[in-house]
Amino acid sequence: MTAEATTRPLTLPRVPRVNLARMLTYVGLSLVSFVSVFPFYWMIVGATNTSADVTIGKLTFGSAFWANVTHFFTLFDVPRVLLNTAGVAIAGTVLTLGVCSLAGYAFEVFRTRFSDRLFALFLVMLSIPFSALMIPLFIMISRAGLINTFAGVLLPGIASIFIIFYFRQATKAFPHELRDAARIDGLKEWQIFLYVYLPVMRSTYAAATIIVFMANWNNYLWPLIVLQSNDNKVITLIVSSMRSGYNPQQGAIMVATIIATLPTLLIFFLLQRRFVEGMLGAVK
Amino acid sequence: MSASRLSRGELINGWLFIAPAVLLIGIFLIFPIAWSLWMSFQVGRGMNFSFGGLANIIRLTQDPVFQRALGNTVLFFVIQVPIMLTLAALMAVALNDPTLRFRGLFRTAIFLPCVTSLVAYSALFKSMFADAGLVNNVLLSLNLISEPIYWIRDPFWAKVLIITAITWRWTGYNMIFYLAALQNIDRSIYEAARIDGVPAWARFLYITIPMLKPVILFTSVTSTIGTLQLFDEVMNITEGGPADSTLTLSLYIYNLTFRFMPNFGYAATVSYVIVVAVAILSMAQFYIARDRRAAR
Repeated sequence: MTAEATTRPLTLPRVPRVNLARMLTYVGLSLVSFVSVFPFYWMIVGATNTSADVTIGKLTFGSAFWANVTHFFTLFDVPRVLLNTAGVAIAGTVLTLGVCSLAGYAFEVFRTRFSDRLFALFLVMLSIPFSALMIPLFIMISRAGLINTFAGVLLPGIASIFIIFYFRQATKAFPHELRDAARIDGLKEWQIFLYVYLPVMRSTYAAATIIVFMANWNNYLWPLIVLQSNDNKVITLIVSSMRSGYNPQQGAIMVATIIATLPTLLIFFLLQRRFVEGMLGAVK
Repeated sequence: MSASRLSRGELINGWLFIAPAVLLIGIFLIFPIAWSLWMSFQVGRGMNFSFGGLANIIRLTQDPVFQRALGNTVLFFVIQVPIMLTLAALMAVALNDPTLRFRGLFRTAIFLPCVTSLVAYSALFKSMFADAGLVNNVLLSLNLISEPIYWIRDPFWAKVLIITAITWRWTGYNMIFYLAALQNIDRSIYEAARIDGVPAWARFLYITIPMLKPVILFTSVTSTIGTLQLFDEVMNITEGGPADSTLTLSLYIYNLTFRFMPNFGYAATVSYVIVVAVAILSMAQFYIARDRRAAR
């Protein structure tokens, strides 16, 4: 053994330490992001391909987009479907926000021991599953002659305990002084609600609008039960009905899926922060 | 706020404001849930009911389809909820690192599935997992499988497909809750631990996890309740098949009510199985949360 081995300089040029954990994080997150976004790509590509190409998993853009769109429009009265869906979603949102914000406001501002108890009772019923309600609701709605009507779709969903709760929590941040000042100015209670509370709480309304609109737009099970004739179907029922039959038109299904997803996707990208806040509002 | 401060006028206004909501909840929630309970003691087809006592409950114990639906539902949440929540927590921890690049991009991408309607994404999954479809092609070309998997027609793989689909749709949603909770943890706790030489894995195990407990509880209960009501996906991807291998309680109730000759009484009994399960879960959550608050 020579002396050289022992005198080897200990200061090797330091290789920048590749942080393995950090790299794994990036790889993992990229993978997860890819999986999350991929079905959206699949949806868009699928809308440009023929039914046969979709079934064999073709991943490149095709030229059948207009054929698919045309096919979808001949299968269904699409403008009518969109009008139905938008009508139900908008009417449902306006009614729910009106009824529930009024109640949420009142449960907080006009508190009595009895109203507190009533609210506690509502909270207990917050998680009653819809599947337990659908049989009696169906019988009620059909006895009232509301099968195949939008009123039948809308009525059971207007009062949402969750949205009442959401507004009641938000109202805790509504300043007392505003109400007191408005009363001194001689405003009646309904005027205070309409002209003071509503404008001040507009960001709460915005978040609630997103939640309720999406829930209404995407609703499936209850419209499936109530809307049985073809001319008042909503988009979820159309997408769902296209899967059956001997030869489901995959390209047209993709077009329908895009149309069904587009409004919520737009809301998400335009109001991303509020959207996420709205969802988180559920816990706070 | 003390209750006695309210004037007569305020009281009247208060009740007027609450009245529409109370009326609607009374008609469309309290009445039906009570009626449904009463119905579960009735036997008979269509609108012809007669009192059957516990006949429906006895029928539950002898109904293999109900037991399969219950088994599938339990299997779905026992397997799917832990997988999804672990993934969600891991992603949230990764995204919570302020030095990470492209955080916003990753977060948006991972959250994106929540934007789809359940029916729409079911249609996408059904076409991706077709017999000769995309997923099989990819798996075959990567030599991960030697012959196509019949995702929709095989009883085992149909379950795997449903679990995969729900996980895709809801992981990002749950991740948002974890991320919000993580951002509320005081960073100085981690700093102190690091200075004391606590390794990263121990910081995760002994600081992050305990701090996340309330969110873990919340997401577990809401996800389980969600899975108990699973309907849109199984209806649109597998229709509960093949051979009832993906039939869930909600789909079975739907079938009993609207597909077969309607049997409202028995369907109501099955629906009360979900009500009881949800009630137990909610109470468990309430008591665990209360104990924690009391202990503090």
